[in-house]
Amino acid sequence: MNVTVNGREADVPDGATVQSVLALLELAPDSRGVAVAVDAEVLPRGEWTSARLTPGARVEVLRAVQGG
Amino acid sequence: MAVGVHADELVIAGTRFGSRLLLGTGGFRSLDDLAAAIAASGAELVTVALRRVDPSARGSLVDVLDRAGVRLLPNTAGCFTARDAVLTARLAREAFATHWVKLEVIGDDRTLLPDALELLLAAEELVDDGFTVLPYTTDDPVLARRLEDVGCAAVMPLGSPIGSGMGIRNPYNLRLIREQTALPVVLDAGVGTASDAALAMELGCDAVLCASAVARADDPVAMARAMRLAVEAGRLARGAGRIPRRLYAEASTPEDGVAEFRAD
Repeated sequence: MNVTVNGREADVPDGATVQSVLALLELAPDSRGVAVAVDAEVLPRGEWTSARLTPGARVEVLRAVQGG
Repeated sequence: MAVGVHADELVIAGTRFGSRLLLGTGGFRSLDDLAAAIAASGAELVTVALRRVDPSARGSLVDVLDRAGVRLLPNTAGCFTARDAVLTARLAREAFATHWVKLEVIGDDRTLLPDALELLLAAEELVDDGFTVLPYTTDDPVLARRLEDVGCAAVMPLGSPIGSGMGIRNPYNLRLIREQTALPVVLDAGVGTASDAALAMELGCDAVLCASAVARADDPVAMARAMRLAVEAGRLARGAGRIPRRLYAEASTPEDGVAEFRAD
């Protein structure tokens, strides 16, 4: 199925989790300073391995950068 | 009143800070420069931002800030609506395990001036959601009062636009904000050099937040130290009570007993 990850189309297996998307981005499972939104809602860290993405899901994976 | 610099703590939402200088982390050329500037500044509260993961980025900002022993203040920079700012704050709470947020809702991408209406809406929603909200605001005393009314933990008026280095354009507004609020007032944008930070403190601000002025200085570490000293100097001067401004001189040497020399 297709989902959008940080604005780019990605082809992932049906029922893929956010954790598998993090792997695509070369992020370790325990990455600190990282947050995920799915369809403009926060997905808490505790649900990264359990919540299943649905086709067309818009995933934003953010992390700490210098700013402000 | 004796004001000892070390006993003179900044208190925001019940949390005590020994330093009245907050440091933004944006604009440093390297993480090493950032770490050295934090140490030189003495800052205990530093801002961070959230952006899309870039797999090519190297080094961990969070690790550097951890080692520096500072508390993180995530910002919502880049948000133009209350909705985006609220979501970004919630993501920051998840990423950094803090409910503190430097709330920025920008209304114009050339001046980066705050959007007052969206800012107030976002502040109210985040306070209701349990956040400790430190809003970046214009130097409008009425807006500052509204932000206080909805439960913000501080107000952070600008001196001039972000990164402009133009200092404090309207010191009278800062004085008005200072007079009317019991909240901490943090000057949050426009500082160009140390004298701007000292002036903010002399006007009665409780703290100063510097980012570009330090990060983009030729020598960020030296400027970080200059800002630290300026904030301390301005705070002390405020407490010491300055003399009034006068148009004419007032002699500091006694006028009685002046010798008369007659040339015969």
